[in-house]
Amino acid sequence: MSPSLLLSESLYSYLVIAILLFGMGVFGLVQRRTLIGMLISVELILNGAGLNFMAFSKFLAPDPTTGQIFTLFIMGIAAAEATIGFAVIIAVYRKYRSIDADRVSELRG
Amino acid sequence: MIARWLVESMFLVTALMVLGGGVLAVSARKLVRAVFGLIICLIGVAGLYFQLGSPFMFAMQILIYVGAVCIIIVFAIMLADPGAMEDRFGSRGAPVAVALLSATCVFIVILNIFRRTVWLPAEIRSADTSLQTIGKRMLLDYGLVFELISLVLLVAIIGAIVLARGGRDTK
Repeated sequence: MSPSLLLSESLYSYLVIAILLFGMGVFGLVQRRTLIGMLISVELILNGAGLNFMAFSKFLAPDPTTGQIFTLFIMGIAAAEATIGFAVIIAVYRKYRSIDADRVSELRG
Repeated sequence: MIARWLVESMFLVTALMVLGGGVLAVSARKLVRAVFGLIICLIGVAGLYFQLGSPFMFAMQILIYVGAVCIIIVFAIMLADPGAMEDRFGSRGAPVAVALLSATCVFIVILNIFRRTVWLPAEIRSADTSLQTIGKRMLLDYGLVFELISLVLLVAIIGAIVLARGGRDTK
């Protein structure tokens, strides 16, 4: 078995997994009704992007640390996004008594 | 030979964890089960990082995503209405077919981009992936981005406190 035939040493297998993650995230984002479900889907999308960065930095990039640093930054952004999403969900729930995205449809504060 | 077979089977197991967890995360009716699927998926992604030769990112993925982000989502589920935990398929939101169609379109477009691009490795590639190099580059080459991220996190913390406290004072 030559090294190029191994699934774990081919760029494409990682890329395909990353697109599948991204596609599942898009599916959940369109289909979910609650804000928490959408938050979960966004995490899937961000992970797909991070996996892409890691795969490219392992197989293609001149400096293999670049992708790791960018994935770390993506993780930081995801943590900030989850925090803000959490606070928004709590605020919306307090005002509307529901986390259904369809019911939160008036702009007046 | 046997080592290669082990690595290969570990890759398949982690890939299966990523895909199975992801399917559970977007299709489970109860949001608690969706979070459980998300945790399985994120641990699988961490395993893939390990296979990509980065134990550091493996640890960070477990610490930040599984340890922090998933717990925040669990808190959001606990503090919101228990009756709202059910998330039925397309009863009033977009139907499943529409969601499936859009996700498939995105998938096919990106897959074609990946297939048609010729991926050439850089001619000069350094093999240095040590933690010291990562730290140096993060604080020297990407120092501005590093500071910006810390600012974003600070603003997110303050914003979360303001948003979550806002309704309480008016009562």
